[in-house]
Amino acid sequence: MTLLTILFALLFYVATALLVGGVGYKIYVYSRTPAPLKIPTTPAPVTQSGVALRLAREVVFFESLFKSSKWTWLFGWLFHFALLLVVLRHLRYFTEPVWAPIVLIQPLGTYAGFAMVAGLAGLWARRFFVDRVRYISTPSDHLMLVLLIAIGLTGLGMRFVAHTDIVAVKAFMLGLLRFDWQPLPADPVLLVHLFLVAALMAIFPISKLLHAPGLFFSPALNQVDNPREARHVTAWATGAPKPAKEA
Amino acid sequence: MAAAPFATPQLKGYPVIPLVQQGAMAHSKPFVASAPIQKALGFPEELVENWQDKAIAKMGELLGKYRSLRVYMDTCVHCGACSDKCHYFLGTGDPKNMPVARQDLMRKVYRRYFTFAGKYFPWLVGAVDLTKEVLDDWYSYYNQCSECRRCSVFCPYGIDTAEVTMAAREIMASVGQGQKYSNEIIGKVHRIGNNLGIPAKALENTLEGLEEDTKEATGVDVRFPLNVKGAEVLLVTPSADFFSEPHVESLIGYAKVFHAAGISWTLSSHASEAGNFGLFIGNYDQMRDISMRVREAALELGVKRIIVGECGHAWRVAYNFWNTLIGPFDFLDQRYPVPQHICECTYDLIQRGALTFDREANDGRIITFHDSCNVARASRMGGMPGGQFIIPRAIIKAVANHFHDMAPETIREQTFCCGGGGGLLTDDLMELRVKGALPRMEALKSVVDEHGVNFMATICAICKAQFSKVLPSYGFEMEMIGGVHQLVGTAIRLGSPK
Repeated sequence: MTLLTILFALLFYVATALLVGGVGYKIYVYSRTPAPLKIPTTPAPVTQSGVALRLAREVVFFESLFKSSKWTWLFGWLFHFALLLVVLRHLRYFTEPVWAPIVLIQPLGTYAGFAMVAGLAGLWARRFFVDRVRYISTPSDHLMLVLLIAIGLTGLGMRFVAHTDIVAVKAFMLGLLRFDWQPLPADPVLLVHLFLVAALMAIFPISKLLHAPGLFFSPALNQVDNPREARHVTAWATGAPKPAKEA
Repeated sequence: MAAAPFATPQLKGYPVIPLVQQGAMAHSKPFVASAPIQKALGFPEELVENWQDKAIAKMGELLGKYRSLRVYMDTCVHCGACSDKCHYFLGTGDPKNMPVARQDLMRKVYRRYFTFAGKYFPWLVGAVDLTKEVLDDWYSYYNQCSECRRCSVFCPYGIDTAEVTMAAREIMASVGQGQKYSNEIIGKVHRIGNNLGIPAKALENTLEGLEEDTKEATGVDVRFPLNVKGAEVLLVTPSADFFSEPHVESLIGYAKVFHAAGISWTLSSHASEAGNFGLFIGNYDQMRDISMRVREAALELGVKRIIVGECGHAWRVAYNFWNTLIGPFDFLDQRYPVPQHICECTYDLIQRGALTFDREANDGRIITFHDSCNVARASRMGGMPGGQFIIPRAIIKAVANHFHDMAPETIREQTFCCGGGGGLLTDDLMELRVKGALPRMEALKSVVDEHGVNFMATICAICKAQFSKVLPSYGFEMEMIGGVHQLVGTAIRLGSPK
């Protein structure tokens, strides 16, 4: 057992704990913060299932973003769905035997890596070339894109340029899951790739990546438009009507 | 603080997204509320000594009370989808009028005091201390937002800048930096009963005058009842409808509808205001207390229905919030929606054939319809989503022959604010109001050039007042603006004169 293996094993345990614990905590905070008033952005669905559909359209198609800006939509959608395929493909390193659907998307997932980096590059270009977007970009906005692009490029590098010992990597990952640590190959590209992924997991709950859970808690999107039919009451903004204060 | 001269923007034939011009509107800020105005609402009379601590504490309180604020502070990814959607940005080019940048004025402070990244790596995430300069920026730019929610329509997370603006104004008022225009008006509602400060006696005289005028114009005894116990309908309408042009024309229209349909109705001197500026300053207690006058009046008069007149933000508060703030309404007739919009009422009567019209009476008008932001994006009419767009247009088409919509990306849920909403309808913000009207004026110009439109109908008292003021700046006639029920009132058949 090398020091390297121990360090990366601990790194992934810590990163996973931060990701799960941090996002879980944020979701807990969001869910227990009251939404005192009905504020859906209308026209809004008038039923709960309509709201589920509205959220699904936002998650799957980025509906509002499509209305806003076709370029941002194109790059953003490309990146996110390529990322989804890439992540699904990576499940093969965490499962034995590999699930049939994951085997099926393997070829797609491989090339999705290029689409992902292309989408990210487009998003990053906007931060330089569109003066409004340049104005609002902070160092962290740039670094987040750098991080994701670096993850994508190191991954593509291992797949298409300098292969890493993928069998050993899988053994390491399965070892993490089974608490039976296996040696991690000392391939520098692999180590950078893994380190950056761990970093991404760790900063998820303290960064703008919270947009993922946040979407589901946005009152403008997740409320049913039925204030006249159902009286909306919450913890602090409720109770029998009090008389108006004396003028 | 005399307003500096400014140039009215040129109307172009097509929309142009301006280049960022930093600081272009940094000088724009409304008068700060004076000590007596602040005191009347229970706010500190001037900026308190430890305002920084108080403001941060207030922000913490609001983060715990409003899920919207809590989630919206975290969720923005700076994608820029909203960056070209605000009429104030389009009209001024000031980057802090981009919704994302406006939100960031608060988000920077939120990050500094409430997040790990901002506490330890402020430079990385653009976190800043709440300094006097930041507070001044807040006062300037959170008073350049009309809370119209157009940005929210385009945000992939639904982030509603109005929620942030309301929170910022609430924080500022709570440390003694209130806005004069809104807070003064709220004081008037508590003291006198309406935003314009019309006492009951003057209201009575006005309504009598309207009865005489209408009799003279039509030969029919159309009544304008006040404080009539046992009436079926309590009409709550913006007080501008009593005194301002063109607002009063719509009030006459409502009265004619009730007359023609044989509905007994009344106004109330206690609830002689539909408007609720508590919304604009983000103050829940004010919003509830102002609304409560309506419940009290309805109970006192023993009415069966409450109908709300043409007023955008009032309809938002009535439609979305009244049930929560002053409900339940179990004492009212449940066969009708509670509350009901005057357009819903008129539309239902038209559907049932209870009203008839001489549409030709409106033939001199070539009409377009301006969707008011709070009706469009923060409420509904009728049973189906989007009824707030369908119903007013259906009414116009039922009472007039010539109607043309403006460009699709400037109406319905994508409508542009008039430029004077959200507590900004004050002379000390005239430059902002004129420039903020630019996108609507461009869309209007297109239908004026193409179809000869000469009348823009709307259902909001603020829109009517704002357009009356800014239309001339863009070379249009002030009389182009009017209410939907002004058109109804023109065409409606009242039966034979007595």
